[in-house]
Amino acid sequence: MESERQYIELYHDAADLIRQRSCAVMNAVRDAAFQAFASQGFPSRKVERYRYTDVAAAFAPNYGLSLFPLTSHPSPFIFSFKDAPIDLTPYYNKVADASDGITALNTALAHEGLLIYVPRNHRPSAPIQVDNWLRATAPTMMNRRVLILLEEGADATIVINDKADAQPVSFLTTQVIEVVCKANARLDLYEIEDTNPLCARFSNVYIQESRDCSVKHNVVTLFNGHTRNLCDVYLQGENAEITLNGCAIGSGSQHIDNNTLIAHQVPCCQSRQLYKYVLDDHSVGAFAGKIFVGKEAQKTSSQEVNANLVAASTARMYTQPMLEIYADDVQCNHGSTVGLLDESALFYMRQRGIPEAEARTLLKNAFMGQVIDQIQYQPLRDKLYVKVEKRFRGELEKCEECRLCK
Amino acid sequence: MLEIKNLHARVAGKEILKGIDLTIADGEIHAIMGTNGAGKSTLSNVIVGNPAYEVTEGSILFNGQDLLAMTTEQRAHAGIFMSFQTPVEIPGVSMTNFMRAAVNARRQAQGKEPLKSTDFLKIMREKRKLVEIDQKLMTRSVNEGFSGGEKKRNEIFQMAMLEPTFCILDETDSGLDVDALRIVAEGFNKLRTPETSAMIITHYQRLLDYIKPDLVHVLIDGRIVKTAGPELALQIENEGFDWIKSSLQETV
Repeated sequence: MESERQYIELYHDAADLIRQRSCAVMNAVRDAAFQAFASQGFPSRKVERYRYTDVAAAFAPNYGLSLFPLTSHPSPFIFSFKDAPIDLTPYYNKVADASDGITALNTALAHEGLLIYVPRNHRPSAPIQVDNWLRATAPTMMNRRVLILLEEGADATIVINDKADAQPVSFLTTQVIEVVCKANARLDLYEIEDTNPLCARFSNVYIQESRDCSVKHNVVTLFNGHTRNLCDVYLQGENAEITLNGCAIGSGSQHIDNNTLIAHQVPCCQSRQLYKYVLDDHSVGAFAGKIFVGKEAQKTSSQEVNANLVAASTARMYTQPMLEIYADDVQCNHGSTVGLLDESALFYMRQRGIPEAEARTLLKNAFMGQVIDQIQYQPLRDKLYVKVEKRFRGELEKCEECRLCK
Repeated sequence: MLEIKNLHARVAGKEILKGIDLTIADGEIHAIMGTNGAGKSTLSNVIVGNPAYEVTEGSILFNGQDLLAMTTEQRAHAGIFMSFQTPVEIPGVSMTNFMRAAVNARRQAQGKEPLKSTDFLKIMREKRKLVEIDQKLMTRSVNEGFSGGEKKRNEIFQMAMLEPTFCILDETDSGLDVDALRIVAEGFNKLRTPETSAMIITHYQRLLDYIKPDLVHVLIDGRIVKTAGPELALQIENEGFDWIKSSLQETV
């Protein structure tokens, strides 16, 4: 419990200050969350869902707690919890899994919440964008809390960017995003991480869908340090759809762990998953995705694909697609592949005069293109084609002003 | 142009080429015929520098340069092109991007600026017409979903774009119907300059009806055992290789 101790002490020291800067709905569950964290600590590698990431090690360094207010692009749909137009008590910390150590710690320490609220049948004309710039002069911990609430028939595109300049300061971010979609809502949620090797990120996303909802979640790890993304989806209304896509690019000694759970709890829902990794150098990737189909969830249609390109013999990939089915009339498939760059394609390109390094870049880029193709929001898709290619060429500028939605 | 001396090569530990001597002068076309497994494809793969093939002995000079010291892409830049027996599909890389990368890499090696996009597309259009290849194939991934004939025609299209001085046609005629064969062969003839040399690997006379070889070589068991004029190809078409094999045994 070495790593945990400093956070327990931190809470004892800072809880009052956090409370003051926070709001009633968050404070109401804060102590209970802290207790949950203090009693269980960080999930160890023995916990199935944390097999591939050493959480305690990532939290071990001494970080200062950031209590700065969150900033976002002005939008009529973004609120601080304090200014929420509705009562958040029925939603806050309800979809999130309170038994998860990271979520518990985030709930205890987050001082401010960001609400994205789209009223009934509203469709924001432009995507809602949230940029998180990691900037500090000393090692810093940020605990981010987001609640996305789409009322019946609402339709929104949300882009969340995590950016960090190339700077000699380490960051630790925890994030919990709760998404509640009411009947017939449609959401495209994009998370783009473009940080640096000194950043550690622990993100837990929880999505709850009612009937006839359609949600797409795309998580792109362009550049990072140590990343763990968890995404849990609960399909609770008939005819709901979820698409989870992931694109992870690792080089150096980067670590990217995506862990998903899709729970089909009612009949006639659809889930699609496509996660692709390209790993170079000494990077490590992990994907574990579980599809759970409950007894009631007849006529479920589910597809899970994890495809990985290991471009260097020193890189490592762990993959674990899982199906757990209790209904008997379902269509589910899952699979994963781990491969090297296609030697015959490399040779073909080189015979045409394309230098080997360029040929490798073209192949990696083509491999990742399949995930980027699925991004609906065209300006973002176009930007990402460019960014991904630059990433493979090692040309990703770490300081460029990134307003993907401009 | 090309001067091969005592070339030995192996693939996956097995010796395939056992001492090839072959000289192809500027502007000459040589046909290589031979039984399956004789080493025809190994010879072409060694010339273009396929990393899967290992040269154990001998030398290849290309316009006086030591070819074996050059990388695959350097050989391409020097003007060597191979039309693949089985063109490779590259999902996710469009023909246009692939061609642009190849053309510009070659220009860079020659110390030229990359082509402007409009100029590049204009050249694409011209060359496409030359080999009668459909525009819609250019927006697809390289060779993906192409029919056998389209793939072979696409090889000749790439040849047109890259303007090589030495071409290897590795069984370009296999899997082609008569019309496709004519288009491919005529495309090649249109692209030829008086200096262009070629090595044509084939099992059949029919391609040689369109592309007249100066010399025909017969490759058996890793060695060139017979060399003669174009009439040799006709004789092989009619009589097979057995008569050559038995004459070999007699000399032994």
